[in-house]
Amino acid sequence: MAKKESTLVNMLVSLLVITAVSGGVLGLVYGMTKDSIAQVEQKKNEKAIAEVLNTGVVIASFDIDTIDGLVYNLAYDNSNQLIGAAIKTFSGKGFGGKIELMVGVLENGTINKVSVLSQSETPGLGANMTNESFKGQFSGQHPNDFKLQVKKDGGDVDAITAATITSRAFSEAVKTACDGFEAHKSQFLKGGNSYE
Amino acid sequence: MNNNLKTFTKGFIKENPILVLLLGCCPTLATTTSAINGMSMGLATTFVLIMSNLSISLLKNFIPDKVRIPCFIVVIASFVTVVQLVMQAYVPDIYETLGLFIPLIVVNCIVLGRAEAFASKNSVWPSILDGAGMGLGFTASLTVLGCLREILGSGSIFGWRFLPEDTDTILVFVLAPGAFIALGYVIAIVNHLKKSK
Repeated sequence: MAKKESTLVNMLVSLLVITAVSGGVLGLVYGMTKDSIAQVEQKKNEKAIAEVLNTGVVIASFDIDTIDGLVYNLAYDNSNQLIGAAIKTFSGKGFGGKIELMVGVLENGTINKVSVLSQSETPGLGANMTNESFKGQFSGQHPNDFKLQVKKDGGDVDAITAATITSRAFSEAVKTACDGFEAHKSQFLKGGNSYE
Repeated sequence: MNNNLKTFTKGFIKENPILVLLLGCCPTLATTTSAINGMSMGLATTFVLIMSNLSISLLKNFIPDKVRIPCFIVVIASFVTVVQLVMQAYVPDIYETLGLFIPLIVVNCIVLGRAEAFASKNSVWPSILDGAGMGLGFTASLTVLGCLREILGSGSIFGWRFLPEDTDTILVFVLAPGAFIALGYVIAIVNHLKKSK
């Protein structure tokens, strides 16, 4: 087959065919992978929620509330008392972009545990925020007597060596979650009245 | 056959895309912070290279010269998106670390360079071999670079830490300047080896 001349019709036809076929293939692959991608996301979320709200108290029901971009997964015991919330929070100030955390806050405002959902910090430096040695320091702390800022900025958080920006972003995300919980807590309490 | 073999092997040393042609330095420098990242990036690029070389050598007579670049880019971008979706679904951890660099394979000059310089002038089989050779050469250099930086910078290899947890490592190697330093040394070594041959 001889090479096609660069006439207007030829160019239009070849571009059209190529883009149409590409579009079709992409649609097909998207359809095939969509469910797996959603599953992966959901599994990750569920795992993180279970991890940060692990207090030994049996969770009887869950409620999901989204306020100001934060997702509150509210856990209740079997008498509908609020146990705490797993709050999906984020900070856009990471060294490598957005950091997403799941913060478990107990009913009284104490941080139970923090889990990292997604981050793209530098391996060996900022990525060490997923280590227990850094994120563990938040467990069991109450924001009233543990200032959620790195020590350099006058707070109580021990920053990761050579990764102050990451530590700042992490602290900020946790603070957003705690503040959000405190501000909206009254509407999370069911006071024993079930509407489920 | 001998010719085909040459087409395949030239990507490893003689025309290694990174160490000799110095193509695609951006993903090289950015993703080789650890061995596994470098290798995954290399393999993703290899897949795109083989598939785009294959399709472009098939389509080369159908594509008029004046619109060949947009056509190539559409083909390449489609395969990159396929890789992206598949990785997101089946290897989410690696997908997360590579993040932005997967879509950036579209503008990796190796892929377009091979489409333009090789696949658009050769038949299907040599084009596949060229893509595979170049891709694996790219993967090999990225893995070596990744290993080097991970060993020096984090004291581990393929995620397995051989130094005690609190030992100080040469942190600069996992940062951007370390990428340039490491790449420079690897290129120097390869050049030396080539000369002494």
